[in-house]
Amino acid sequence: MPDSSTSHYPAAPKVEPVARHTLAVTVDNEPGVLARIAGMFSGRGYNIESLTVSETEHASHVSRITIVTSGTAHVIEQIKSQLERLVPVHGVRDLTIEGEAIERELALVKVAGKGEHRVEALRLAAAFGARTLDATLTSFVFELTGTTDEIDRFIAMMTVVGLVEVSRTGIAAMSRGAEGM
Amino acid sequence: MLEEMTGAEMVVRALKDQGVEHVFGYPGGAVLPIYDALFHQEDLRHILVRHEQGAAHAAEGYARSTGKVGCLLVTSGPGATNVVTGLTDALLDSVPIVCITGQVPTHLIGSDAFQECDTVGITRHCTKHNYLVKTVADLPRVLHEAFHVARTGRPGPVVVDIPKDVQFARGTYARPRDNQHKTYRPRLKGDLGKIKAALALMAQARKPVFYTGGGVINSGRHAAMLLRELVHLTGFPITSTLMGLGAFPASDAQWLGMLGMHGSYEANLAMHDCDVMVCVGARFDDRITGRLDAFSPNSRKIHIDIDPSSINKNVKVEIGILGDCGHVLEDMVRLWRETASRADKSALAAWWRTIEDWRAKKSFSYRNSTEIIKPQYAVERLYAAVKDRNHYITTEVGQHQMWAAQFFHFQEPNRWMTSGGLGTMGYGLPAAIGVQVAHPDALVIDIAGEASILMNMQEMSTAIQHRAPVKVFILNNEYMGMVRQWQELLHGGRYAESYTAALPDFVKLAEAYGAHGIRCCDPGKLDEAIAEMIAAPGPVILDCVVSKEENCFPMIPSGKAHNEMLLGETAEDIGGVIDEKGKALV
Ligand SMILES: Cc1cc2nc3c(=O)[nH]c(=O)nc-3n(C[C@H](O)[C@H](O)[C@H](O)COP(=O)(O)OP(=O)(O)OC[C@H]3O[C@@H](n4cnc5c(N)ncnc54)[C@H](O)[C@@H]3O)c2cc1C
Ligand SMILES: Cc1ncc(C[n+]2csc(CCOP(=O)(O)OP(=O)(O)O)c2C)c(N)n1
Ligand SMILES: [Mg+2]
Repeated sequence: MPDSSTSHYPAAPKVEPVARHTLAVTVDNEPGVLARIAGMFSGRGYNIESLTVSETEHASHVSRITIVTSGTAHVIEQIKSQLERLVPVHGVRDLTIEGEAIERELALVKVAGKGEHRVEALRLAAAFGARTLDATLTSFVFELTGTTDEIDRFIAMMTVVGLVEVSRTGIAAMSRGAEGM
Repeated sequence: MLEEMTGAEMVVRALKDQGVEHVFGYPGGAVLPIYDALFHQEDLRHILVRHEQGAAHAAEGYARSTGKVGCLLVTSGPGATNVVTGLTDALLDSVPIVCITGQVPTHLIGSDAFQECDTVGITRHCTKHNYLVKTVADLPRVLHEAFHVARTGRPGPVVVDIPKDVQFARGTYARPRDNQHKTYRPRLKGDLGKIKAALALMAQARKPVFYTGGGVINSGRHAAMLLRELVHLTGFPITSTLMGLGAFPASDAQWLGMLGMHGSYEANLAMHDCDVMVCVGARFDDRITGRLDAFSPNSRKIHIDIDPSSINKNVKVEIGILGDCGHVLEDMVRLWRETASRADKSALAAWWRTIEDWRAKKSFSYRNSTEIIKPQYAVERLYAAVKDRNHYITTEVGQHQMWAAQFFHFQEPNRWMTSGGLGTMGYGLPAAIGVQVAHPDALVIDIAGEASILMNMQEMSTAIQHRAPVKVFILNNEYMGMVRQWQELLHGGRYAESYTAALPDFVKLAEAYGAHGIRCCDPGKLDEAIAEMIAAPGPVILDCVVSKEENCFPMIPSGKAHNEMLLGETAEDIGGVIDEKGKALV
């Protein structure tokens, strides 16, 4: 290792802890707003682990974007400032620093198989509390709502019994308590 | 007052209502209705450029020299893509401009129609904000909002893309009464608690320094005057970035000169050794900080900035004050007075003695010659010749730009137009034309390099057509000097492609455009040539043939700390100073 005092690099990749944050962003629902947000993340080299968008207040054209990202404390601060300075952004809240936010995802999971696998798939689905949305003699489509971890575990199980396809919504999140955004 | 008119007429009307008097532009199919509307009126003057990039830089020069929003109008497709460099330049230097682009009719959008491009997609990353206006009902609001967004907060470029059918469509025009935007509301006033904490820190300082930047210019003349007041009240030394030159007068005893990569020895050492740094409207750019972990290691830092993302972006500060520096400086001056604050007199005197020792190095000194014109000497003589006139300076990008910053002494804000953040060669001539349009009676000079000037040389024709008597002062070293300097210092003197071969004869070129051309190779005749340039009534190109191999010093090599600066006399030892890792930084 070169002595840092002789290096010409700013002691850059200092290993600072990286944390996962869930941000709730309210935006004016105008065309291109999602491209602006996603483009800001890619343009500045930030991560997006999950991103969900949907109009929440139709009359006032407000949409809510939930973004799960990860970075050092400094990077997370920059991300929030960069989001806030986009013209159509109403507000940004970091649900992670506001205490344990509620986070949920919905997944549709298709499995196919016969015999023992089929029985096991149904049994697991029941254990996870998944709903059966479609059934044929050789397949099921399950719906599961839960935390990202729960859904990851469910999918891992289903892989063993004949996973065909997964569709996940990404995370919807909200702070606990009475206060709103 | 509601009035019925076409979308094209609304554009002209909204521009007038915004106080626009000049619009730089270039016509084409997708903006013909707007050109038609321009044809029918006389209040708004159109300046035809020769390349849309020129229109963008001209609008920047116009904006930066007046504090108003610059405005340009271009067609769809190639017209829009040609302004991308200018928009990016304005984004990086926080220059307020509004660019109106034509677009193919709404029903053809997405069909790869003739001269269609995704203008809002392409310019999303190089504008502060942009709009595609799909119905004429939205047009008045969007046009006014565009000016509001460009001008306020951290200023920047805004694009309004208007499909041709929307230009033809009729609708009602009304000037929106209040500009209270739904989401966009920049904060102007600083937090008083933080301001007081900052003043308390300043009052305890033993080795303070003001580090100021383009934000002071953005905030307006008022902010520059308040800055002067605060600096005089406190007795602190002050330095500025390239972008902030002129906010504080260079003739003042408290002025340390520019800081950064090519800044003065005293400014950079004061930054390195200070105990309290007061940053006003500057963004801790890498040309300033050098090696980040060695940047001003023992200081507590105050940062006043209107953009929350600028604060703590590169350098962590103790006190970040979000607000317009004009407002914050006003509070600071008032509170400093009210509380009769004063810095520790004897500590400050000792600090000034240290600074005077550094100053004695005369870090901008160079070896002059009677045989050949030294570029530094050329700028010094130019300054001497124009300093008592009403003058504005623009530059291209390279060594000449740095020498201009070092040897031309700015006393007032808005007199210095240069491409700092993007470093766009070809900026200077069109910017000078924009400045001249705004200040027809002033002396406007582009300090240029022979390579850069060729990038937008065509704008000479614009200068002639619009009787903009700009002067192009070329420091002709026959090299892309700044590139040559890096090759000398970092790449063993292998001058790959940095010799500007096959140069045109600039005197003949000037004449070909209908301008006046002068060449000067003799230091003894330089003053005469400059006088001739100034006296000529129209545009002039002065081809000032300078020494070819001059380097620009001081220089803080890439990735080095402020106190590891290279000075002129040590130029020969430089080869080994930058190691492999340093080379990877630019
Ligand atoms: C070849 C070359 C060499 C260079 N060498 C140097 C050098 O040696 N030294 C040097 O200084 N530069 C140098 N530069 C320029 C450098 O790249 C940067 O452009 C410059 O340092 C940035 O200046 P600034 O920090 O003042 O920021 P600007 O880009 O002017 O940004 C202004 C800051 O102020 C804020 N602001 C805007 N409006 C307001 C307001 N109303 N109130 C409060 N804050 C506001 C903005 O948010 C931003 O943070 C060089 C450029 C080139 C091309
Ligand atoms: C559009 C563009 N291309 C390339 C560069 C890289 N570059 C920076 S300075 C420079 C040389 C400029 O040469 P010249 O205009 O003669 O100025 P000098 O340094 O010789 O004074 C180059 C090529 C740039 N800044 N801009
Ligand atoms: Mg040159």
